[in-house]
Amino acid sequence: MKYSYYPGCTLRTKAKELDDYARASAKALGFELEEIEDWQCCGGVYPLGTDEIANKLSCVRALNAAKEKGQELVTVCSACHHVMKRVNDDMRNVEDICTRANNYMELDEPYKGETDVLHFLEVLRDKVGFDELKKKVVNPLKGKKIGAYYGCLLLRPGKILAFDDPENPKIMEDFIRAVGAEPVIYPYRNECCGGYISLKEKDMAKSMCDKITESAEGFGADMLITACPLCMYNLNRSSVREIPVVYFTEILAEALGVKESCCKEEKEVQA
Amino acid sequence: MGAKKKQAEMIEEISGVNPLKCMKCGKCSATCPSYNEMDIKPHQFVSYVINEDVESLVNSKSLWKCLSCFACVERCPRDVKPGKLIDAARQMVVRKREQNYLTPDEIPELLDPELPQQLLVSAFRRYRR
Repeated sequence: MKYSYYPGCTLRTKAKELDDYARASAKALGFELEEIEDWQCCGGVYPLGTDEIANKLSCVRALNAAKEKGQELVTVCSACHHVMKRVNDDMRNVEDICTRANNYMELDEPYKGETDVLHFLEVLRDKVGFDELKKKVVNPLKGKKIGAYYGCLLLRPGKILAFDDPENPKIMEDFIRAVGAEPVIYPYRNECCGGYISLKEKDMAKSMCDKITESAEGFGADMLITACPLCMYNLNRSSVREIPVVYFTEILAEALGVKESCCKEEKEVQA
Repeated sequence: MGAKKKQAEMIEEISGVNPLKCMKCGKCSATCPSYNEMDIKPHQFVSYVINEDVESLVNSKSLWKCLSCFACVERCPRDVKPGKLIDAARQMVVRKREQNYLTPDEIPELLDPELPQQLLVSAFRRYRR
């Protein structure tokens, strides 16, 4: 199976390992991520104004590129997933936005939201299947107690993202079970890390992340997983933090036995 | 049409929100992670628009405390989407000349080696035009 792949700006730079582990894991699981040519940044946040068109076009271009290949579009970053799905929803359901965006695009055939957008975790759940994933695990993470940190952008608004139950999600817990570890459910797993507030108001983000990490540690987690580079950054700045935060693709690659090989070249270069 | 009414209509148009749907249950404010930092709370935002007091909203520090976490949007039993009203008020500020909340010359001192690109693009998109 081949998917169009949209890595996004941060997976090229500060969150390179999120990307590397995703690609290596996809290979081990037998599906291919074909990177969209000349993709542009999604903007990180969905433009909420109903009159905003131009800043949705980077997503429309990527969505249309996937459509032309007849592929579903896969993202790994929570923010890209969020923006891409919401722009696609506009193209499907908001006639005014669809018309105006297509006026800019000047495509041979207008784009009307035909592409399906999937987060990498949805590929694991709905395409590979967690039972199948479990069979391919060579290095089960036995005895590890892992808290899933969902944050906001994977889940809300639930009607549009249709990722999981936004108030009581279980996809990441099922994923944690599939790689052989034990999920820890804690109350703050779908609370906000502060997001972009950490640029100008570092203390605000810090106090939010303190609550999250305290909650996770209090419920017995020894590690948190996330799909979002900004959540990772903010959680790592929590002042009470002792709990390590890793990308979900890292524990996936570890369980599939491809963690060491996938980033080897780069690590050697850095060393 | 009075200027106040016009401004209230503009905020409704940008946001696509109908504030009259609100039944004042306060769930949006109860769930807001920035509640303590806000001078005008999310449920009050809706009332200010109904009362055509957009002037107070565009001067509110709440505009810069909202995280776009969509907790209020998800949990509103009437689908009012208070977060979209806050964004529309923010847009009414940053779309004016030289009213950006973030400028490029501020950036260097806000950076650190781990700061992800995602944070910069997100903040730029919310805080300026």
